[in-house]
Amino acid sequence: MALLLCRGIRMYPPLLNYAAFLRRKSHVFYCAMSTTEAQTATQGSQSTPIKISPHRKEKGLDDVLKDYEAIIGIETHVQLSTLTKAFCSCPYHYGSQPNTNICPVCMGLPGALPVLNSKVIECAVKLGLALNCKLNLKSKFDRKQYFYPDLPKGYQISQFDVPVAYGGHIDLDLPVEFGGGHRRFGITRVHMEEDAGKLLHSGNGTGVPLLEIVSEPDMRNGIEAAEYAAELQRLVRYLGVGNGNMQEGSLRCDVNISVRPIGQVKFGTKVEIKNLNSFSSVNRAIDFEIVRQALLLSEGQDDQIVQETRLWEEGSQKTVTMRKKEGLSDYRYFPEPDLPGVILTKDYVDSIRNCLPELPEVKRRRFEKMGLSMQDILFLANDVNVAEFFDATIAKGADVKLAANWIMGDIAAYMKNEKLSIDDIKLTPQELAELIASIKGGTISGKIGKEILFELMAKGGTVKGMIEEKDLVQIADPAEIEKMVDKVLLDNPKQLEQYRGGKTKLQGYFAGQVMKASKGKANPGLLNKILLEKLNAKS
Amino acid sequence: MLSATAHSQLCRLRPLPALKPRPLTAAAASSSPLADQSPPSTPPPRPSPPRSQILTLRRSLLARETTAVQLAESYLARLRLVEPRLNSFLHVSDSVLREAQAVDDRIGRGEDVGPLAGVLVGVKDNICTADMPSTGGSRILEDYRPPFDATAVRKVRELGGIVVGKTNLDEFGMGSTTEGSAYKVTANPWDISRVPGGSSGGSAAAVSARQCMVALGSDTGGSVRQPSSFCGVVGLKPTYGRVSRYGLMAYASSLDVIGCFGSSVADTAILLNAISGHDRYDATSSKREVPDFISQFTASNILEDKPLEGMRVGLIRETLGSGVDSGVVSVINAAASHLEELGCIVKEVSLPSFSLGLPAYYILASSESSSNLSRYDGVRYGSQAVADELSSLYGVSRAEGFGSEVKRRILMGTYALSAGYYDAYYKRAQQVRTIIQKSFKAALDENDILISPAAPSAAYKIGEKKNDPLAMYAGDIMTVNVNLAGLPALVLPSGFVDGGPSGLPVGLQMIGAAFDEEKLLKVGHIFEQTLRGHRFVPPIIEDDNTC
Repeated sequence: MALLLCRGIRMYPPLLNYAAFLRRKSHVFYCAMSTTEAQTATQGSQSTPIKISPHRKEKGLDDVLKDYEAIIGIETHVQLSTLTKAFCSCPYHYGSQPNTNICPVCMGLPGALPVLNSKVIECAVKLGLALNCKLNLKSKFDRKQYFYPDLPKGYQISQFDVPVAYGGHIDLDLPVEFGGGHRRFGITRVHMEEDAGKLLHSGNGTGVPLLEIVSEPDMRNGIEAAEYAAELQRLVRYLGVGNGNMQEGSLRCDVNISVRPIGQVKFGTKVEIKNLNSFSSVNRAIDFEIVRQALLLSEGQDDQIVQETRLWEEGSQKTVTMRKKEGLSDYRYFPEPDLPGVILTKDYVDSIRNCLPELPEVKRRRFEKMGLSMQDILFLANDVNVAEFFDATIAKGADVKLAANWIMGDIAAYMKNEKLSIDDIKLTPQELAELIASIKGGTISGKIGKEILFELMAKGGTVKGMIEEKDLVQIADPAEIEKMVDKVLLDNPKQLEQYRGGKTKLQGYFAGQVMKASKGKANPGLLNKILLEKLNAKS
Repeated sequence: MLSATAHSQLCRLRPLPALKPRPLTAAAASSSPLADQSPPSTPPPRPSPPRSQILTLRRSLLARETTAVQLAESYLARLRLVEPRLNSFLHVSDSVLREAQAVDDRIGRGEDVGPLAGVLVGVKDNICTADMPSTGGSRILEDYRPPFDATAVRKVRELGGIVVGKTNLDEFGMGSTTEGSAYKVTANPWDISRVPGGSSGGSAAAVSARQCMVALGSDTGGSVRQPSSFCGVVGLKPTYGRVSRYGLMAYASSLDVIGCFGSSVADTAILLNAISGHDRYDATSSKREVPDFISQFTASNILEDKPLEGMRVGLIRETLGSGVDSGVVSVINAAASHLEELGCIVKEVSLPSFSLGLPAYYILASSESSSNLSRYDGVRYGSQAVADELSSLYGVSRAEGFGSEVKRRILMGTYALSAGYYDAYYKRAQQVRTIIQKSFKAALDENDILISPAAPSAAYKIGEKKNDPLAMYAGDIMTVNVNLAGLPALVLPSGFVDGGPSGLPVGLQMIGAAFDEEKLLKVGHIFEQTLRGHRFVPPIIEDDNTC
């Protein structure tokens, strides 16, 4: 939950703020962010870097970038949180001991056969519909063949020419601090496949069901790409098809990027970037790569941009060559003979469509109509549970803006500190609405409201019960307050004398004393009004 | 042929009065029309039709006339006696007598025993068995012991069957002679200088030589039917999807089926009954109900004059043309006449796409095998080469582990699936497959069954086609179409051609509509019970009977 609340992409300053550019003899540029320390272009290299004047270069960079545009598409792999693997009944848990969750099927033993877990189809249809895709009512599985040490069968079961879903789009709103704005990016296809194991000679990860989502090359910069990934994560979580955790690799983004001079029709050479473990790394890796390619193009070194896979190195904040592609890989796809075709009936699709939750985009538009600011909207709609909590609070009659403020302020801070999700805290939407009403109606002060809130979050209970139990009802009887004011004035003759001598700042002191005497329950407005009258009465 | 010692062993082999003098067919008199009813000591005046070994055994077990252990001992003794000449088995179980004893114990306690109680079953070595090595006939799986039983094996065991051993085969089922085994060459029981056929040559030879009662094989392009023809036994290739493939080492997944061998149609049907049905571990296995395949059988002694009256039989014209031995053509024509005598209306039918089957089959089967065999890298199981790095570990393990026929098919398949060739080969072959399916469908709409030879010739000499793969492939012409169409087919011994010490058997192939094994078996049973003048017991054990 804490992770959800502080979306990584907000925490990093905008990029393209380069202090230095270092150049190697190999003519590969390494760009470094001014905010990142200790990175060096010489890492792993014996050649001496030639330092280029930062000033001249930085000015040059802006000029260079003006003339180029990047074309970015993303392939995302989403691990499904089905109880069992894609093609056998082995359970799957992230982080379990190597080779504990394996059977003849996921080991690829001779004679073992895959049998599709029907949950995988359900997840695929859900995500396909949520991405506004068309569905192939008749699709099939294919074998994608390549040698890879942890691909036990020597091929991966995937979908090739007939994916389960295709031709959709995703809507999102860019964060306000990045200029805001609504975006719609095309979705080329969604297909089902099995995960190849991780290179630990462990079969655990092998055979975990995946959905691969391929976007159209519609993104133009790092933040758009990062927001695309974030929206996809949101969808995955809203739908409950996966946990979308990027650190665990449950949601993996491979970015395809090419850069071309603005106005040129032909695409530039496509480079793939892998090892992107957070939204911020998606953002930074892309912006790094745009600069790298734009600089090479501007210096006429187009031939240095080759079709290759590059790795994002988090430590040095740069992309490095992982492997160069020698032509097109030949995966020798052919229809998987061990699995029958996947047939979706209209009834089945309708039953899934009818059970889809309200999706993030719809929610955001609804919140927008409620009059919330985009910042509030993005926060509240980011997590389906937070959004539900908010909606439930409103349903209990709470003021929209006040409810949003409480949730985004004290409640969010508490969750973050305690590392709790909104479902973990003891406060119910009912009581939050009651709290807001009690403050608005003057039953309790805002200050006491805040105190109660933390108790409600930690221990639960009701606002009413807590007010009664602790006798916290605000004192709004002028006579009672007057009595307290009189007593305070009487007990502080010296200060009163000073006040009346012109040291009017002491009003605050008196107000504090009265509030203290009332145990914080005095209505602050009334208190100040009466106090002022009394202070000034005899002068 | 037999040494004096062997001969005396042979005589000691049969201490059971019930099994004397014809251990394979003689048993106590019973009311079943399928069991042998001939008096044990009177030899039949002329060759009698084959009896069900399984039903005969069951009857004598339940009548307490013999025990499973006694029976197992006699079979094991014969198995060991002829094995040095036949090499049918890659592994013989060491728990046969223990399992037989368990059957006897159950009978002794009056408990119910399954329909295969005490039945000795041979299992082709590309079908996984948890308690025995399963090598697929390949060096790359030397000493490999699977952690599980194939579904078909599990079912056999659950019904009381005893797996007697693992039978020899062409490596991973790729071949038509069993010479492609990495371990040994199996001989044909009718003439040990000849091949038993393949790839299930070990199973066919073992059933033919009565080393076991029935056997499981696999049929991707004819690997059950062609060796059945060569060895003179009954072989059934079920409809694709009728029997679970779980635990069958995949050669070409869209064509592979587990099939049955028996010395009679009844035994073959009983074995099919045991292994058929949907399996949740095989998504391609059918959920269709499995009929009782032998309930429709009629005893030969109560057969009407024309028991197959009105049955429409199509003789496939393209299977009797050039390239088919004249002796084989004569046997098939005689079989057709026999069917007519039984009341069938036999007409020639033409399947114009028939000759396309062979190239389409070799492209599709090789393509799928290139993929299916990529899991054998020497890392997780089987034999591993010594190498410094991973890629050379794979390379060396595969180079040393695979035989030349397997390598040839992996290369052909990889080529056919490669970018730029896929459309010309794999895709085209799939289109041919669709055409073949349609033409069979049309022919089977007009006919109840189709008939053809099971192979263009009888068994040929060991080594004859070893260095001529194309000649060997051409021998599959009669069978591959059926796999491409996914249909069931039954091969029945129907006659002989000259060759060997006592002639070489020739099988008739009967092809049925999808999931209509019942009709094939019913017709096959009547054909078998009424066929006169032939006795399909090979000379290697015929000697045995003279003892």
